[in-house]
Amino acid sequence: MIEYLGVIVYFMVATVLGVVMFWAATQCSSQRLDLEKLTAYECGYDAFGEARSPFDVGFYLVAILFLVFDLEVAFLIPWALGGVLSGWAGLAALLLFLAVLVVGFVYEWGKGALDWNSPETL
Amino acid sequence: MTVYVLVQVLATVVPLLLAVAFLTLVERRVMGAMQRRQGPNVWGFGGLLQPFFDGLKLLLKEPILPSTADQPLFMWAPVLTFLTSQAAWAALPTSSAGAVSDLNLGTMYFLAIGSLGVYGILLAGWASNSKYAFLGCCRSVAQMISYELPMGLIVLTTAVVANSLNWTVLVETQQWVWFLLPLWPLGVIWMICCLAETNRAPFDLPEAEAELVAGYNVEYSSMGFALFFIAEYANLILMSTVTSLLFLGGTGAPLAILSFLPGALWLSLKTLLVLFMFVWVRATLPRYRYDQLMTLGWTVCAVALLFML
Repeated sequence: MIEYLGVIVYFMVATVLGVVMFWAATQCSSQRLDLEKLTAYECGYDAFGEARSPFDVGFYLVAILFLVFDLEVAFLIPWALGGVLSGWAGLAALLLFLAVLVVGFVYEWGKGALDWNSPETL
Repeated sequence: MTVYVLVQVLATVVPLLLAVAFLTLVERRVMGAMQRRQGPNVWGFGGLLQPFFDGLKLLLKEPILPSTADQPLFMWAPVLTFLTSQAAWAALPTSSAGAVSDLNLGTMYFLAIGSLGVYGILLAGWASNSKYAFLGCCRSVAQMISYELPMGLIVLTTAVVANSLNWTVLVETQQWVWFLLPLWPLGVIWMICCLAETNRAPFDLPEAEAELVAGYNVEYSSMGFALFFIAEYANLILMSTVTSLLFLGGTGAPLAILSFLPGALWLSLKTLLVLFMFVWVRATLPRYRYDQLMTLGWTVCAVALLFML
């Protein structure tokens, strides 16, 4: 585990550096605040409506699909390392796994989930 | 031991930040040359001092905390983004001597930190409580996670070839032939993914000036903005270095007789080459449309990669 020391130190150094830089800016500059400056930027208009508004369900869908497929990649990684050792049986298992995923992928493609222009087909 | 590691870490972070500073200058000068104009050339020799004055200016600007923002999140988001852009460097072998921490799961670590990078942007867009920031962050996050998928698959394929997830082993495997030659289709997709992952042109939709003004960081001024900016360019350098490590033989010399030169030099040269390509692409290509971008990422890249595998 000792090799992870570098990672931990790296996290600490980067965090401290970021905080110090942010803090230094608040100390070095003069602040003259007014109401207009403190409201959300909307091209010079007074803000209308809420920023917490409904957004395109497509973004949500992409995130869900990403979760599934990223997990798939994570499952493939052990095979990538031990695959040579596991021989033909390992390869067959991998191809089966991939086949199931490809079926899922084709299904979502056919459903139009990957078509950004027509979320109404869902 | 800890002190030694600390020195090592600082010896990576400080040059990296300097590199970021000069990369901004290089980008402006190179793009200027490509578009037949000058670029910044007044301060120092040929504009060499320009990045430092830029940094100083940003330091002296007025930091603004929007009244509607979620303030703790708003302040931590740039720090988190900065952190994730730096932390991935821990496992990269930047010289022949190896990395700060030579992890057996080095490439996994790189992918993991890359995924974490999304959180900083998500936080910034959400905490700003501004429409432009929110839309920019939605786009940015959807784009980044979409292209992380092909990225993961590419790294996986190289791991199959090298039979290891360790960066050092990966580089050693390329001692005789760079992965770019046998795996060139992967290399092409990898470059596209890098461009999308770092939100660079032609995939810089999250910050499309004409429609979203600046994307997720629109509410940030002063150092908050600077931290996002540094993180973006540090990510660019990170991606270039990873490209050199994965496909261009990393610290290895291109010819065996040239191996008396240090590995760090070769890595730097290769990284610079890739960085130059990034700038070149930005100066050359127009921006993609968002639906085209997502379709490209999900269908073309994913299918091509699954077949490759």
